[in-house]
Amino acid sequence: MTQLALVIDLNVCVGCHACVTSCKEWNTSGGAGPLVDQRPYDEDPTGTFFNRVQTFEVGEFPNTETVHFPKSCLHCEEPPCVPVCPTGASYKRPEDGIVLVDYDKCIGCKYCSWACPYGVREIDESRKEMTKCTLCVDRIHNPTFEEADRLPACVKACPTNARLYGDIHDPNSVVSVAIREAGGYQLMPEWGTKPANHYLPRRKTRITIREEELERSDNPLKIDSKLPRPGRDEPSLDDVTSW
Amino acid sequence: MHPAFSVIFLTTLIGAGQGLFIALSLVESYAALRLLPEHGGHYYATGAGISLVLLVLGLFASFFHLGHPERAWRAAAQWRTSWLSREVIVLPALMGIVFLYGVIHLIGINPVLFTLPGNVAVPLSLLLALIGALVAIALYVTTAMIYACLRFLQEWHSPLTVANYTLLGLASGFTLAAAQAAFMAVELVHFLSVGAVVLTVLAFFSRVASLIRNARLKPKSTLQTATGIKHPNIVQKSQGFMGGSFNTREFFHGMSEMFVKSVKWIFLIGVFPIPLILLLTAIFSRGDVSTLLATAFVIQYLGLVAERWFFFAQARHPQNLYYQSVA
Repeated sequence: MTQLALVIDLNVCVGCHACVTSCKEWNTSGGAGPLVDQRPYDEDPTGTFFNRVQTFEVGEFPNTETVHFPKSCLHCEEPPCVPVCPTGASYKRPEDGIVLVDYDKCIGCKYCSWACPYGVREIDESRKEMTKCTLCVDRIHNPTFEEADRLPACVKACPTNARLYGDIHDPNSVVSVAIREAGGYQLMPEWGTKPANHYLPRRKTRITIREEELERSDNPLKIDSKLPRPGRDEPSLDDVTSW
Repeated sequence: MHPAFSVIFLTTLIGAGQGLFIALSLVESYAALRLLPEHGGHYYATGAGISLVLLVLGLFASFFHLGHPERAWRAAAQWRTSWLSREVIVLPALMGIVFLYGVIHLIGINPVLFTLPGNVAVPLSLLLALIGALVAIALYVTTAMIYACLRFLQEWHSPLTVANYTLLGLASGFTLAAAQAAFMAVELVHFLSVGAVVLTVLAFFSRVASLIRNARLKPKSTLQTATGIKHPNIVQKSQGFMGGSFNTREFFHGMSEMFVKSVKWIFLIGVFPIPLILLLTAIFSRGDVSTLLATAFVIQYLGLVAERWFFFAQARHPQNLYYQSVA
């Protein structure tokens, strides 16, 4: 069983939105039809995106931290959006675990979007069909592409390599190793949806230093502390002058 | 959630239609058991006609919810997993039964199929009435389960949702049946009005129980589980775009707390006490009560529209955690 997924490293994401624009660009020019924007240059513009980068502030001033949080379909292993679809338009591919919408079968009832706790499905207001991240299914299996280009558009675009892509069921894949070794977690685990996409937490490199690591407690010079200390105005040259 | 009027009218109209048909089937069963006097075919035919009109109007309203109504026939495909698909199958089935039932009574071709012990004749119409009543109950369940099966919409994920849809639909259907009887079969007014009172009181208890339950709900999803960041103070600074999106339109009702609260009181008064007073007045008065009962139904129906609006507005979708701040 293959379960393709993204692993998003919140420690590295700088919130540049390159993945958002790259996703939009690729998917709006794809074979499935454009990702329509409405009133893009007027008041109250709106449009369909498969991927959004949100920003959260954690903590209270002055101890705050800004976390940029890319959000797209998590391609759940137990997708709640699939069984509720009345037409079977929403489905999970058994061969690679990607959750997709068959646009020609979609009746636009929006029930699947209600059934997704993450809010990653967006209806296309012009086509009146439900759309969502396809994990660039038209790129990753595309034989006309160079091997190096068979990646989701967002992954290719990320300048900081915050987006990893691979099979989370293969224990040696880059994503599985990252999840295992860097503390990868799932969003809203309380609903049992088993999201395939994982997030890597913010990590800070800190070393814990104890007092005695800086100053040896059994330092012979300290033991012989009865030795006369040099006067303040005397020249001090470490050990040399102190006796 | 954003209350969609297409769905509000669908659920309230078919709810009343189903309730009316169940009332008719009850009247016909009682008549067969000689507990109520016999009635002419045109009484049942008119009742079935009104019920069918409500079901058709509800179905018509539901099409406005769809982006592609011309593909709606596909919605019957996934009945194994989807409650919506099950509703899509059961609703036309009920419409077909109600239509046949009405036609049988209208043209009067109603052969006795078999006779039960105690000399109870079972004509075709009675059999259809009983099957139809079961299908109507099944339709209440499928409609309510569309909402009750969504486990992270905690306000809906409760058996009370099924109880409310069933009892509120039955109450409005029986009030309508009492009003119809006041115009066509006065001797049934008492029986049906008492039924409507009992069902309205039951619906009141079940709806208030769900209001109490929902007022005490603690959301399972928080900003912490939504982002995976373990810190008590997380504030969204940007949702990733300045304009609106499907996520900001579909899952927020966009009304003030005050408005939602007033809708709650409007439905609590409109669905329960006012129709109850009118029904009880009709039960205990001797003159013509047709206007009284018709008013009771109209008020109760409008109250149910408010009730359904509140039902949707009250549900807090966990995706809203991701859409708290625009800039």
